[in-house]
Amino acid sequence: MNAERIYIYKRYERFWHWSQALLIIVMMVTGFEVHGSYSLLGFAKAVSIHSLAAWTLLTLWAFTIFWQFTTGEWRQYLPSLKNVAAMIRYYAFGIFRDAPHPFHKTVVQKHNPLQRLAYLALLAVISPLIWGSGLLYLFYADWPRLGLDAVLSLESVAVAHALGGYLITAFFFIHVYLTTTGHTVFAHIKAMITGWEEVAPKH
Amino acid sequence: MKTMMRRLLGIGLAAFWLGSGAATPPPPLPAGTRPATTADHTQFAALKGPFKSGPEVTKACLSCHNQAAHQVMKSAHWTWEKINPATGKTLGKKFAANNFCGSPLSNEPRCTSCHAGYGWTDMNYDFTKQDNVDCLACHDNTGTYKKFGTDAGHPLYADREFEPMEGPPGKKAFKAPDLTRIAQHVGRPGRANCGACHFNGGGGDAVKHGDLDSSLIKPSRELDVHMAKDGANMSCADCHTFNAHQPSGSRYAARARDPHGIDLPKDDHDRATCESCHGTAPHQAARLNNHVSKVACQTCHIPAFARGGIATKMMWDWSTAGRKDADGKPLFIKDEHGHLKYSAAKGDFKYAENVRPEYKWYNGVVHQITITDKIDDTRVLELNRVEGSASDPRARIWPFKVMHGKQPYDTVNKTLVVNHVFGNDDTALWKNYDYAKSIQAGMDYAGLPYSGKFGFIETRMNWFTTHMVAPKEKAVACQECHTRAGDGRLAAIRDIYVPGRDSNDWVDRLGTLAIIGAIGTGLVHGTVRLITRRREKQS
Repeated sequence: MNAERIYIYKRYERFWHWSQALLIIVMMVTGFEVHGSYSLLGFAKAVSIHSLAAWTLLTLWAFTIFWQFTTGEWRQYLPSLKNVAAMIRYYAFGIFRDAPHPFHKTVVQKHNPLQRLAYLALLAVISPLIWGSGLLYLFYADWPRLGLDAVLSLESVAVAHALGGYLITAFFFIHVYLTTTGHTVFAHIKAMITGWEEVAPKH
Repeated sequence: MKTMMRRLLGIGLAAFWLGSGAATPPPPLPAGTRPATTADHTQFAALKGPFKSGPEVTKACLSCHNQAAHQVMKSAHWTWEKINPATGKTLGKKFAANNFCGSPLSNEPRCTSCHAGYGWTDMNYDFTKQDNVDCLACHDNTGTYKKFGTDAGHPLYADREFEPMEGPPGKKAFKAPDLTRIAQHVGRPGRANCGACHFNGGGGDAVKHGDLDSSLIKPSRELDVHMAKDGANMSCADCHTFNAHQPSGSRYAARARDPHGIDLPKDDHDRATCESCHGTAPHQAARLNNHVSKVACQTCHIPAFARGGIATKMMWDWSTAGRKDADGKPLFIKDEHGHLKYSAAKGDFKYAENVRPEYKWYNGVVHQITITDKIDDTRVLELNRVEGSASDPRARIWPFKVMHGKQPYDTVNKTLVVNHVFGNDDTALWKNYDYAKSIQAGMDYAGLPYSGKFGFIETRMNWFTTHMVAPKEKAVACQECHTRAGDGRLAAIRDIYVPGRDSNDWVDRLGTLAIIGAIGTGLVHGTVRLITRRREKQS
């Protein structure tokens, strides 16, 4: 294949991606310990690390949102229904026959339509669920002062947060698997490390 | 530069002024020492003695401290009566039932060896006689004053030989304390003063409370961070502050929470709660302070009771009392640790050390059974049910020693009974080993209705665990409650969501399915990819 190299992930983007990955893994491991699924670090340590990672990720997001808007990269996340069917067909059939990828990655369009939908779901559903419940959980002591104790129960918040945790974990595994679907198994991961991705030339 | 010169000059002048003999303020006391007293009691003419009896000493004390006896006479230490503020019920040793020795009624000379007075031998005791107040029990600073166990609150006035009922056979010599010397060496109550009675509740060291025993006279820091010499080195009355001889602190119902928080000198001079000194947000970590609304301090900070090496009684079964050996002598059997495990006078006992408390919601209300209450004998009788639940904003989770008992009751009238155990007569249980006689005598003495038929009922009694506070590094670890393990400390408390213990089954099932599905999809999809690609290559 006659590959073309494009600089697709900028330095900040890569820093953001990998530090976020690390933080999410840490939060999954400690989160399920706090949930009681297993015991690894001890409840107290798990809670502390989980909260610290949450605050770190929030800080990282503050910078990232700034970056998204100043660079205009936020447009990469605008959903489009165009070619979604083609993407689904590709993952269901084409990929097994070495059919050409229906989406052509470019610097201004680095997410395929299915990816955009997935990230939108992440941003619009899982994220609010997990952060909303997580912050309420974190500020449990202030509920009476804010009048929240009359309308919320610790149980409902904890259960919502656990649900968010399960969803993000499922997302995580699918995400990791899909990184292997480039033109070589490690092509996408390499791109996220170096910034450079080899893409098939346009047909 | 100029200002510095001026400052130096100022310091120099101040030093000159201090050095020139002007009054210097006394240096602050080193931590753990007490303010010096302003009186030397050895020099008072009234205390020259010699004193031949306790009441004589009291008379001398009152010749200066002219309000002291009136104050003591209002206190629970004297009246042995207390009205439960939550239920309005009159309690106190004369009325409240417990599952240790039972009632002091008809057993006065023995039981009142812990009364703050002299001579309470029967129901006709004169509670208004000032001379009968025992000052020395609390104020002896020599450590030699001792109320004799069977003399109705009096110490020995002459040396005596005596054979303790459950001790090794043979007479033991007991020395009479030197009252004159003691009267001249009085002061603030120390640990041993309070401990003489409160460490020995239930008839012996550590027996009753579990968190109060003689190991607290010289505790290690790990045993009691407040009382240890290398801890705060405090004594009982530093927290159980006294106002005009009225002790502060719990009797039948501990304060479930103290919203007032830190007590300043302008406040009520009642420091018998943790919050009195530590406030209502005592931790640096907000997450720990989050617990304060639902969890009492003691719950985390007293990981176990009876930690000082002295076992506490956990079970007392009166129903088996009376067994005798082949020679017809009452049996007394000790276990391998030297604890009496069977006494012909009292029945079977169980002891334990380092006991993890049981945890219950408690909102400040205790429903204490009295000896006249009608009881339900179809189930285990809880003698002092503590009230509270997760939805009660006044309630917090508290630690308790739960004492198991089996004790006599009237099977017809359905009441507990007064059991006449002590006395040199032909009805006392500890002399005659006959319940029919001892209960009849006790009930007759108390003037209470008795059917003549008795049985034994299983009872439970909740004892607040609130002493033996461990240093913070020995507090209960988070995962001892926040765990799914069935033996978690809060396993019995189900009406509150405990993170790490509780979860929603459906969310767990569906969530696990989602994760397995995600991993499975990747594995299957990847495997099919691998196979089809290989085939394509081969073709």
